[in-house]
Amino acid sequence: MKRFYLREIAHARAGDKGDTSNIGVIAYKAEYFPIVLAQVTPERVREHFRGIARGRITRYELPQLWAINLVLEQSLGGGVTRSLSPDPHGKSYSALILTMPVDVDDAIAADLVKAGRQPI
Amino acid sequence: MRANAPRTRSLRIGAGASYAGDRIEPATDLAARGQLDYLVYECLAERTIALAQLERLKDPSKGYNELLDERFRRALPHCRRNGTRVITSMGAANPVGAARHTAAIVQELGLAPMKVAAVIGDDVLEYCLQHQDALQVMETGEPLAALAGEIVSANAYLGAEPLVEALRRSADVVLTGRVADCSLFLAAMIHEFGWAFDDWERLGRGQAAGDMVECGAIVSGGYYADPGYKEVDDLANLGFPYLVVQPDGSSEVTKLEGTGGVINRAICTEHLIYEIHDLANYVTPDVVVDFSDVRLEELGKDRVRISGVRGKARPAQLKVSIGVREGWIGEGEITYAGLGCLNRARLAEQVVRERLRISGVQLQELRVDYIGLNSLHGEASIPPKEPPYEVRLRFAGRAKSRRDAVRLGNEVETLVGKGPCSSSLPRQYVREVLAIYSCLVPRSAVHPEVVFVEADR
Repeated sequence: MKRFYLREIAHARAGDKGDTSNIGVIAYKAEYFPIVLAQVTPERVREHFRGIARGRITRYELPQLWAINLVLEQSLGGGVTRSLSPDPHGKSYSALILTMPVDVDDAIAADLVKAGRQPI
Repeated sequence: MRANAPRTRSLRIGAGASYAGDRIEPATDLAARGQLDYLVYECLAERTIALAQLERLKDPSKGYNELLDERFRRALPHCRRNGTRVITSMGAANPVGAARHTAAIVQELGLAPMKVAAVIGDDVLEYCLQHQDALQVMETGEPLAALAGEIVSANAYLGAEPLVEALRRSADVVLTGRVADCSLFLAAMIHEFGWAFDDWERLGRGQAAGDMVECGAIVSGGYYADPGYKEVDDLANLGFPYLVVQPDGSSEVTKLEGTGGVINRAICTEHLIYEIHDLANYVTPDVVVDFSDVRLEELGKDRVRISGVRGKARPAQLKVSIGVREGWIGEGEITYAGLGCLNRARLAEQVVRERLRISGVQLQELRVDYIGLNSLHGEASIPPKEPPYEVRLRFAGRAKSRRDAVRLGNEVETLVGKGPCSSSLPRQYVREVLAIYSCLVPRSAVHPEVVFVEADR
């Protein structure tokens, strides 16, 4: 097992509705999707988004697209239109989720390193 | 009236804008070279219509999109020549005013005959004020009447039906206020393919297609690039996307040759999930879309096919977006650089907090950020290994009165000369808070109408 940032195996985009942020996380390859599914859990997301996500976190899955959708309630400073944050829409949350550390097995780790990706 | 035989060929629909201030030339390019049947400009973010309403209160002839004139002067001659019909939410808080302006452009540029229609009836402010004790705010769970600020606008998200009526009555340009973004596209499909308003499967597929392009270039390479990870060619010359829709509702999303950007499975997946919560139940006014078994296939360079989407019966109620005046936000920023900059910034924070107390500035909430360290993600940020060379200190506070919001900025401004040494010039800003809330109203409370408009003579 080796530890990498999620960024090395997945990409992400974040959207907003009121005080709720949703973050789509998509594995770059089918073989990475089980890692995302097993490790990017609502519990870990809550810990990772400490100080930001104050409400319920729900995860939806789209396995055929190697994707999950994380829905974080009460995470936009009270709502896009009244938030004091420099990023009231939480668009940069896509970058924050990709800083989550994930453990990958040695075979995938070797492929990642060969592709120029570094473990943490 | 145009004959109503359902179309058996595919339908080409371009996305000409994704917000009020979007770039103009990619839409003109689509109008000129896209061989489009329809060009759709989606121009209303959550807050846009509430701001437009405030503008209209000041001047009744205003309240629609400021770029309408430039957009239409450039695109309509191509649309006229190519037989492309136009659907747009550029009407904002004044669709009839926008339609009059459009009719004048048609006349001035010699494009007649082009029929221009406005769809009205999304404005439900009166109904909401009358029922404010009963209507529940979705965000707070409290009645509308319990909101602290003044309600300035209430607009229901209309579905495709009144737009289809306008098209059936031969409108060449349809101007709307609040309509669900993807329904602007769905209206063209329903009209051309003759879909029934309860054909949930086809409506679901059509709505998925519209959803894929309603944010414009965000599906064709925009807001995607991450050097070394996700590369995008010629980002400054992004092409806007267009749909090729089949009579069964399946579709392709693509863009014009020679434009920048990328359309592949990865960006389409990012965009499909964007701003949708439960992927099996995406609620729109026309249909509830079920993406559970959606498939995205790359057919070639910058061509992705969407299939496998289903639909379920539309909701009984319509969502309403409510604009509420909630005071003012004041901001002040200043940068410290060099050795010890973080300590000077921290001292400056203490000084401002103390000054706000001494001078009695009333703030409902105060936020202090260290830009360069953790301003976007707070304690969730990865801590730096070394102190930063420079840091920008940012104060933001919400106040009931404009005066208190301004005074926050003033206290940041006086740091130069009275705070710690060696800073940049400060900057300060103040803006009114127009908060947006939502509620649901019965369909019977909303009465959309189509109005045809002639140029003033």
